Amino acid sequence: MTLPEVSRRSYRMWQRNRDVFLRLWKAELVPFVAEPLIILAAMGFGLGGLVGKVNGQSYLAFVAPGVLASYVMFAAAFECTYGTYVRMERQRTFDAIIVTPLSIEDVITGEILWGATRSFLTACAILVVILIFGLVPSPYAAIIPVLAILEGLMFSSISVFFTSLAPSIYFFNYFFTLFITPMFFFSGVFFPISRLPEVIQTMTWMLPLTPAAHAMRELLWGQWSWGVFAAMAWILGVTLVFFYLSLIFMRRRLIK
Amino acid sequence: MVLIDTHSVVKKYGDLLAVAGISFSVETGECFGFLGPNGAGKTTIMKLMCCTSPITQGEICIGGKNVTREPRSIKATIGVVPQEENLDPDLTVLENLLVYSRYFDIPKALAMERSLESLKLFQLTDKKDDFIRTLSGGMKRRLLVARALLNQPKILMLDEPTTGLDPQARHLVWHTSRHLKTSGTTIILSTNNMEEAAFLCDRLVIMYQGSILAEGHPQELVTRYVGQRIVELRPSPEKKQGLLQQLKSMSMSAEDAGDTLYLFGEDGERIKGYPDLEEHNPVQRPANLEDVFLKLTGRGLTE
Repeated sequence: MTLPEVSRRSYRMWQRNRDVFLRLWKAELVPFVAEPLIILAAMGFGLGGLVGKVNGQSYLAFVAPGVLASYVMFAAAFECTYGTYVRMERQRTFDAIIVTPLSIEDVITGEILWGATRSFLTACAILVVILIFGLVPSPYAAIIPVLAILEGLMFSSISVFFTSLAPSIYFFNYFFTLFITPMFFFSGVFFPISRLPEVIQTMTWMLPLTPAAHAMRELLWGQWSWGVFAAMAWILGVTLVFFYLSLIFMRRRLIK
Repeated sequence: MVLIDTHSVVKKYGDLLAVAGISFSVETGECFGFLGPNGAGKTTIMKLMCCTSPITQGEICIGGKNVTREPRSIKATIGVVPQEENLDPDLTVLENLLVYSRYFDIPKALAMERSLESLKLFQLTDKKDDFIRTLSGGMKRRLLVARALLNQPKILMLDEPTTGLDPQARHLVWHTSRHLKTSGTTIILSTNNMEEAAFLCDRLVIMYQGSILAEGHPQELVTRYVGQRIVELRPSPEKKQGLLQQLKSMSMSAEDAGDTLYLFGEDGERIKGYPDLEEHNPVQRPANLEDVFLKLTGRGLTE
């Protein structure tokens, strides 16, 4: 078995995606900020009024870091499923690039780095939204964009791996309905995991969003513990496994 | 000087044998063609040379480098015009060229200079800020050629470059290819257009079902396989069998292609002595590459 051919040239693929984004970002800006704004308003003011305090915090303060972690996930997941698939299959963009000095692994790595960049931008936007709501984060919140990159790398890698198996674009319905959406609801975003039966709690900790949401919450409110490092280690582990798998499976799919 | 050297190249896709152990070599500055029907393995052999598909068996060396071991440095020296248009629809015409230059690490200023020059050459300057979807088929093809030339390739790979083009666009592509050849670029062409092959190629191979059936200069192939002239006979359907019998008794071999019989070389000359064949509407014409091609690969559809 040969090692994947990843090189510095993956930056070129990243640059390509960045250039397209810079051309289109105005069109994307509104939904980009509006969606987390709407969900925080609904949850914080609407549901929050019913719920009262959670773990000694307002519901808005509880739910905000979870929503942040979720949208960081969504950003990477959309970019590296639909986005990657369209570039790969509909536009044949990868075919055009692999006859240049870039390898297929460079292209895939560039896609994953770009997905993580989308996650980073989303995290920054939501941090601004949180400030708009008048919540005051701890200084540790400055680490959140960095953690968002790590989380973004993880979900991009998982998504590209899934894309490498996708027979058609409709296949992503499974990915979102059976994987992404359940995580959104069961990873401690909207309620503390401790509300769940113990068996389900253990399972929930295996879901990649749970450690991310947990770490985001600790950083945002400065209740900083060793748990953050454990979460980062878990995220890093999942990232490495799926990054490797996505390189192997994409080569298998595209280089025949 | 040999630029591309291949030895017994085999390519299998699962059980399908796409390239069945072919060997050929291409000299620097030559235009070398692959002529064959669809599914003959032309695109596959091009992909192997472009290092985008692993070889099952055998060896390809380009400029002394093995495609399996040094794909990156080989790819830096080739330009590829693919059969299927794959311009970047998320970018404008000019951006397509600039972003593509970056894949080759061409510095920004130089990339801009080359891109603008190239747009001028291919008469796309007016379109430089337009998106790809607004271009006509001919413009897209021209832009693909322009893109393939950004890295000033030593070898230009043209995979059916003029399929679906109008005559003007086709001639522009041909003109550019010939111009590049005079400036020393080696050209690899795959086509099923005989006129194109005859017009551009110094040497070509006729491929069929993954194998090479014949190799040589276009005109030399014509002379070798079908002679200078060809006679076509169009007998009425009820008289065809009788005519075939008659030709056979005269020890002439005619190729039967449904409504037309072809007589090659000497045989074509000989029928002049048989006025009774006149009723079958003989037409004499110069032989061409298409006759060679059809003689070697058969006249039925191969798909």
